[in-house]
Amino acid sequence: MNLVTNNKWIGQRTIRPDGMDKVTGRAQFAADTTMPGMIWGKVLRSPHPHARIRSIDTSKAEKLPGVKAVVTSKDIVDFPIEKGAVMLGIQDMRWMCRNVMARDKALFPGHPIAAVAATTEAIAEEACKLIEVDYEVLPWSIEIDDALKLDAPILHEFNKFDGKPSNIVGRLEHKKGDIERGFEQADIVIERTFTTRPVHQGYIEPHACLISVAPDGKTTIWSSSQGQFMVRAMTAYLTGIPQSDIRAIPAEIGGGFGGKTIVYLEPLATLLAKKSGRPVKMVMTREEVMRATGPTSGSKSTVKIGATKDGKIVAAHGTFYLQAGAFPGSPIRGAAGCSFTPYDIPNLLSEGYDVCSNRSKVAAYRAPGAPIGAYAVECVLDEVAEALKIDPLDFRLKNAAKEGTKAAHGPVFPRIGYIETVEAAKASPHYAAPLGDGNGKLRGRGVASGFWFNAGGESSAQVNITEDGNVVVTTGHPDIGGSRAGIANICAELLGIDYRRVSVIIGDTQTVGFSNLTGGSRVLFASAMVVTQSTEKIIQTLRERAAKIWEIDPEAVKWENGAAHPASPNAGQFEPLTLEELAEKAPAMGGPIGAGVQLNTQGADGGFGTHVCDVEVDVDLGIARVIRYTAVQDVGRAIHPGYVEGQLQGGVAQGIGWALNEEYIYTKEGKVDNPGFLDYRMPVCSDLPMIDCIMVEIPNPKHPQGVKGVGEVPLVPVMAAVANAIYNALGKRFYALPMSPPKVLEKLEGPMQQAAE
Amino acid sequence: MAKVHVTTSINGEPMEFLCEPSDTMLDALRGPLALTGSKEGCASGDCGACSITLDDRLVCSCLMLAVESEGHEIRTIEGLAQGERLHPLQQKFLEMAALQCGICTSGMLVASDALLKKNPDPSEEEVRFWLAGNLCRCTGYDKIVRAVMETAAEMRAH
Repeated sequence: MNLVTNNKWIGQRTIRPDGMDKVTGRAQFAADTTMPGMIWGKVLRSPHPHARIRSIDTSKAEKLPGVKAVVTSKDIVDFPIEKGAVMLGIQDMRWMCRNVMARDKALFPGHPIAAVAATTEAIAEEACKLIEVDYEVLPWSIEIDDALKLDAPILHEFNKFDGKPSNIVGRLEHKKGDIERGFEQADIVIERTFTTRPVHQGYIEPHACLISVAPDGKTTIWSSSQGQFMVRAMTAYLTGIPQSDIRAIPAEIGGGFGGKTIVYLEPLATLLAKKSGRPVKMVMTREEVMRATGPTSGSKSTVKIGATKDGKIVAAHGTFYLQAGAFPGSPIRGAAGCSFTPYDIPNLLSEGYDVCSNRSKVAAYRAPGAPIGAYAVECVLDEVAEALKIDPLDFRLKNAAKEGTKAAHGPVFPRIGYIETVEAAKASPHYAAPLGDGNGKLRGRGVASGFWFNAGGESSAQVNITEDGNVVVTTGHPDIGGSRAGIANICAELLGIDYRRVSVIIGDTQTVGFSNLTGGSRVLFASAMVVTQSTEKIIQTLRERAAKIWEIDPEAVKWENGAAHPASPNAGQFEPLTLEELAEKAPAMGGPIGAGVQLNTQGADGGFGTHVCDVEVDVDLGIARVIRYTAVQDVGRAIHPGYVEGQLQGGVAQGIGWALNEEYIYTKEGKVDNPGFLDYRMPVCSDLPMIDCIMVEIPNPKHPQGVKGVGEVPLVPVMAAVANAIYNALGKRFYALPMSPPKVLEKLEGPMQQAAE
Repeated sequence: MAKVHVTTSINGEPMEFLCEPSDTMLDALRGPLALTGSKEGCASGDCGACSITLDDRLVCSCLMLAVESEGHEIRTIEGLAQGERLHPLQQKFLEMAALQCGICTSGMLVASDALLKKNPDPSEEEVRFWLAGNLCRCTGYDKIVRAVMETAAEMRAH
């Protein structure tokens, strides 16, 4: 391991390079961009949850003055089902081409049917209403139980499960030992079934893009996404334009949490721009975001855990059914693969089922699937610990995975930091503090742990020294939560210069090498690697340049504090040559100084967290409030502690929303009934307490700075921690999310009604 | 329908613009006035990303008609800094990492500034209730609340 020690910038709370633009309103998000001659695109969406599309007549819309182009699924490249999967990352283009625009069937209310571009947004909307669609309305199902019924309407007739047409479109299992023999050894076995509702990522910025297509097909896309290269590739696949002709420019991104890892608007706007010859802007309304993008799965899980009297888990069985929405692809890997991972369980079977139903296709959401699995597992663990009269954190310690443990999903763990997170939670002032008096409200405390895989993958960087001796770093990952700050810290540290001399920009697809999505908690892990290697190449060049000037061997030059120095007194006596001086001499000494690196980064370590949550429940109103929260996580190495804490705090806030209030509610007609921020109730400032963070730092030995991904783990344990705390407060356990006031009151058997009577 | 001519003041500057009678103030700011610092997150007054002040009163610009600005004083995020000098809230948000993606930041700052003008010494609870109209999905609000309170303390000391 080559860890930098005595750091000047790594670990410091520096000011992010893009911060000034964001606090002054200058930052350019996708909807902020305009172009001369620009027109507006709007989408006509299906009102039905399930309907065969017999015909679409766009002639009236086309004749409306101001309308410049109309597109339907005929304009989008088809990827026939029978020809097999066409994978782009984890997305199958067969589903993507049908998700961006319905082909033969509309599969959810909000499914795009056609798109129009017109000189104003109002005309485009008006034109959408003039499109005549002949639907054959079909029976539909939203909930898992309904989709699995024997007579359930089948969304995709081609799909077979157990030889029969089915809405189960995928299954995976992780297996270890023999669960039947394991459960025989158990003194106590607890089995419970849990349900969760679909929840939206809830980024504040709706999807938006502006696209220009020149007559020669050269296409420029400005859009908000978690990956400009994903935007380029998917748009190319779906429009038939070669990737080399598409320049995808990443706008600043106003939140994503996984929800902006696929495209919705870009292929439609590209086709509209191509047909009309005008730049086309498309911006979703909040209602469109809620009806037709994301969310993550609703779920039904059954978890059975067996343990001996002395507190050792001997067997576990988890079955996780997750809603995929209209097309295959729910995060069963995260649910089945992460939920038992913090524990060393000798006999284990973890199964995931991917279930289609008539709601929008799910998108990734922060540790996709893992929070759903952890909710079920960590609640059952709480029950087992209680039955065995063992402190829940001691119970976790007794069964904790550690170096050498073989995880059910495959790997044998290297040095991991799970135990340290449990110990830190146990030693925290929070865990030791008395719950205090609730002043008539009931208080409780709960704990839970969580795991997420974390990822490496493709990343590219270019580091250039400017003529005045400063530094420009270009990477290919949209900065969604402060990654530029971490990159500036690392580059400045390596070069030994002030971090303010490092400018970090996000390159577009045609100016920086391929870089995979901002997702999987991979960005700082991967970009730090390519930035480090690029910077090391530059330092090598700088040493060579100094050696040439001093007429000594490059090996006799060391780089320190932003300057070349003789490596030892034997090398000779020379005044240091600073970065500025070497940059000034560059034209005469071999030319520009820059280096780029492209890697498929490897060695990402999984991440573990343990949370402690206090709640206060108003039994008259059914309102549960989180009053104190501590998130402990092994973060590997906090390159910028402020933004690492921010990830922890933000993940916890989302989890509290998921636990207590957030859910998709449907009408009798199968439509989302709460498609806005008023009724889809995300936590606001006054709903939350301060969120304490304890960062455990067990450096990743396979990373130059010890980085582990940090963005996703913080959401994983939250719902279970809140549920366990509410149980502790009320003595009643919830097996369904959200634990919203009506559900809490129902559980309390209506004390308010009784009081009223 | 013919466009309406509006005369107003934005960030202390006299301003004229044309708009549809049905345009919101947010439409006008982001359209003819080219002030895109105010963001549209919901268009229903629930997220606060478009927060501005109208005669020093905090409003969601998506809930106000552009024509209603006639003869009034509008302030937006673009008017918070004085030239090169950031407002203390802006500086503190940067120092304390009180933003992640940044889409809510304009609205948060405008709302926080309105709070501190009204109440230079708010309690944590007052800050939380005042900012309850400004959604942030990234930060968990912790660092935002701390930044507002610390700014208030520093501004009181000066």
